[in-house]
Amino acid sequence: MTLAGYRRDADTHPPLDSPEYRSTRLRHPTQPLTLLPHRLTEVTGPLLGPGRVGPLDHDLTRQHDGEPVGQRIIVHGRVLDGDGRPIPDSLIEIWQANAGGRYRHTGDRWPSPLDPNFDGVGRTLTDAEGRYEFVTIKPGAYPWRNHDNAWRPAHIHFSLFGRSFTQRLVTQMYFPDDPLFGQDPIFNAVPERARFRLVSRFDLDRTRPEWALAFEFDIVLRGRDATPLEDGHG
Amino acid sequence: MAELPTTPSQTVGPYLHIGLSWDDGPYVVPEGTPGAVWLCGRVLDGAGEVVTDALVESWQADPDGRFDQLGWRGFGRSDTRDGGYAIHTVVPGAVAGQAPHLDVSVFARGLLHRLVTRIYFPEHERSEDPVLRSVPPERRDTLVATRTGDGYAFDVRIQGERETVFFDV
Ligand SMILES: [Fe+2]
Repeated sequence: MTLAGYRRDADTHPPLDSPEYRSTRLRHPTQPLTLLPHRLTEVTGPLLGPGRVGPLDHDLTRQHDGEPVGQRIIVHGRVLDGDGRPIPDSLIEIWQANAGGRYRHTGDRWPSPLDPNFDGVGRTLTDAEGRYEFVTIKPGAYPWRNHDNAWRPAHIHFSLFGRSFTQRLVTQMYFPDDPLFGQDPIFNAVPERARFRLVSRFDLDRTRPEWALAFEFDIVLRGRDATPLEDGHG
Repeated sequence: MAELPTTPSQTVGPYLHIGLSWDDGPYVVPEGTPGAVWLCGRVLDGAGEVVTDALVESWQADPDGRFDQLGWRGFGRSDTRDGGYAIHTVVPGAVAGQAPHLDVSVFARGLLHRLVTRIYFPEHERSEDPVLRSVPPERRDTLVATRTGDGYAFDVRIQGERETVFFDV
């Protein structure tokens, strides 16, 4: 068996030193990164299977006795690799604020109430075609102290494993036409031509009449290189 | 096939703990596994302050240097809310001409993309390891854990003096 590495994706990710996002100041390396050619450790990855996902983990509106406050939404899409191949049976983790923009986290002290019926944490596995679906409520925007009158646009945090260590990705999904995009240094740290890839699409076809709106968010993890690993399978 | 552009990375933010922590996260191998060790350390910022909103993940071969044995999890995950991370594992075997190592991802508030590093072990011969050889000699020891009473210690220094070597994977 010959294993191939993964194509590099320069000009996609935000630079680690992004001064407008103040927390990067003391949290970016100052030495250049060392190029790591892909070997066996980089092209393999954990199998985190169904044992990690409970039957209601994908439905954040049904994890308590009552229903959470807020606009019900379906968030769905596909997880693909850079060659358009679906990534099946792969763990997706999400976390988010409630409808008022408050996280169920001891560090979140902004004066918007917690919702006793909402934890804001979900998990699922992609199906055989790489598809996933969550049911949740639309998160609210929330203030933070990065700059004067700073607000995060509404977003859902996404964590993906793909098939290999190299494909691991943590990102955030946004909603179309958010008026807060212009002043958000986290969103704007992404190179301009790549930013739209973080914005979900309103999906009328997948709304549930008299029940929930729907948004589509496809996620693309890195694709395979055409050339085999430099030291083969070994 | 058409090439699709990759989805960009974003920070885990300050509330990562609710989404990414698992009760069994630190356990690459279960408690009681023969030869198991604790691999522990801190994540430090450019001012030398401990980072408590970070997540450290590890991926490694089993003691035979294999990734594909049935039942081998190979994966560990620990946040740093208590001042450091802790991963319960066994020392991997050598993999394909490389000294035994773990691949490590570090996520944190203030990190817009994960940092990738490697952890090697002090007792192994490392002079022929191709990855270590690609690192300037004076920085190689930032990738080597030190021995402790119940295992190993490895601090991640994101920035500044003795900055850890990070990889462009
Ligand atoms: Fe957030």
